[in-house]
Amino acid sequence: MTGFARSLRLWFAPGRIGDEGETPDYRFSLANERTFLAWIRTALALVGGGFAVDQFLPDLRWGVRIGLSVALLAAGALCALRAVNHWVRCELAMRRGEDLPVSGFPTLLSLAVGLVAVVMLIIVLLGRAG
Amino acid sequence: MPASAAGPADPVPDRDPGLQPERTRLAWRRTTLACTVVAVLAARQAIRGGGTAAASVAVAVVALVWLGFLAVAHRRVRALDTVRPRALPLSGAVATAVCTVLLALCAVAVMR
Repeated sequence: MTGFARSLRLWFAPGRIGDEGETPDYRFSLANERTFLAWIRTALALVGGGFAVDQFLPDLRWGVRIGLSVALLAAGALCALRAVNHWVRCELAMRRGEDLPVSGFPTLLSLAVGLVAVVMLIIVLLGRAG
Repeated sequence: MPASAAGPADPVPDRDPGLQPERTRLAWRRTTLACTVVAVLAARQAIRGGGTAAASVAVAVVALVWLGFLAVAHRRVRALDTVRPRALPLSGAVATAVCTVLLALCAVAVMR
């Protein structure tokens, strides 16, 4: 958690990234940027999914629809913030010549998305049956 | 082709052999497209309940967020148009994430 606090400080003092260590090969920075953008697209897809649940499933009960929608939107927002945090940590690690940070977030996110998918499947099947 | 099309000893070649700046530029384009889709869904959501004043405000906010994202992406795409571009500035990364979070907040605000 101290690592998170440190990188959070860096968010608000961007000049300090450049103070750390030495500039890595530009290709590594660009690869890190593309990974960041892939996470942002994941976040945007989750936010879009939240919109889609709210707009295209009007037959769901209000609570279920809003619950699913808010869960997807929250996951999207979390994913976007975490994308910046991870990008900063990777950039710092590369500048200092350390190992890249590992993270359990991808596992967590895939479990959450899988859970939402199963819930949706059950809802659709029950809707057909009922 | 600039005049630097010399041999392999040239320290700065005409282009990156792995096309890294191009790939990064295309990644920005894809992300902009994804953002556009979400912005369209957000606008659709806002005007679904009829053209009330709140709906107009929501559409305006969504349009502003989308334009903000477009501006960040455009600046970065311009900056990538060199052989060895500098790393993405932190402000660009934060602005991108903030646009995404704002779109999610718009969704919650116009939810019904």
